[in-house]
Amino acid sequence: MIDIVIDITLLAFLAITSVAIVRMTNLFAIVMLFGIFSLLSAGLFVVMDAPDVAFTEAAVGAGISTVLMLATLALVKRPQKPYYGEAPQSHRAWLPLIVVAVTGSALVYGTWDIPGFGAPDAPAQSHVARYYIENTMQETGVPNIVTAVLASYRGFDTLGEVTVIFTAAVAVLLLIGGKRSKPAVKTNKKGEQDEA
Amino acid sequence: MFITALLAILVTMGLALARALAGPTTYDRIAAVNMFGTKTVLLIAVLAFFTGRSDLLDIALVYALINFIGVVAALKLVTQGNFHCPDCNESEARQGESK
Repeated sequence: MIDIVIDITLLAFLAITSVAIVRMTNLFAIVMLFGIFSLLSAGLFVVMDAPDVAFTEAAVGAGISTVLMLATLALVKRPQKPYYGEAPQSHRAWLPLIVVAVTGSALVYGTWDIPGFGAPDAPAQSHVARYYIENTMQETGVPNIVTAVLASYRGFDTLGEVTVIFTAAVAVLLLIGGKRSKPAVKTNKKGEQDEA
Repeated sequence: MFITALLAILVTMGLALARALAGPTTYDRIAAVNMFGTKTVLLIAVLAFFTGRSDLLDIALVYALINFIGVVAALKLVTQGNFHCPDCNESEARQGESK
């Protein structure tokens, strides 16, 4: 019972935050709201008994990406330029509304066939999960089944993912942390200090 | 007792969210996000006791650390105006742009 109350409250907070993010123009406030959004979703993951997913969401969503967004914000100007006020209205506003409504109702219609949360006859529970639950310990010796699947059964796949993440990290470090050519906005004194 | 604590934490989360949405100054928003992160840590800790899963407490600890790092980064950005150069603050950069 209390789980339902927590779920509904957190989801309502998520909806409020998303609408506020869309409607705001202060980019710093939007980055702060991104942090709140990802803390909320991490809390939802914890409520749904997925602490490892919540771990990743908190570390990547609330921690690293907030810092990266702030670093990006430091390189560009603070306020967002008003776009919709200046751009000519090339299409009527009801067309995107209809598209969104149709897509949304198709998605809601699709959720009717999804088995209930934690249902024992769901395909996720009945297909191959039993094999891993029974044989993981003998075949790999890893006590955590998720870790065994990620690091042993799918080891090459994980290696590829780690390579992608490593490449992305190197690229980001080169972009925001590497030696930069001095922008023209600095005064001469500052430029000399930087060169020295 | 746990249920009362959970409801109180949810109400406080709502108040912090309202401050983050409405907050007129930057510091209001930073304080609101910091408070929201603290409330998430508390929510997870109370949930850990409520459901009897003590391993969730580790997650709460990591959240506290991440929250701290995020707030320090935000404050550093607000004071310095950037991350890469501690000497040149934002007002000087704006002066340079106008020239």
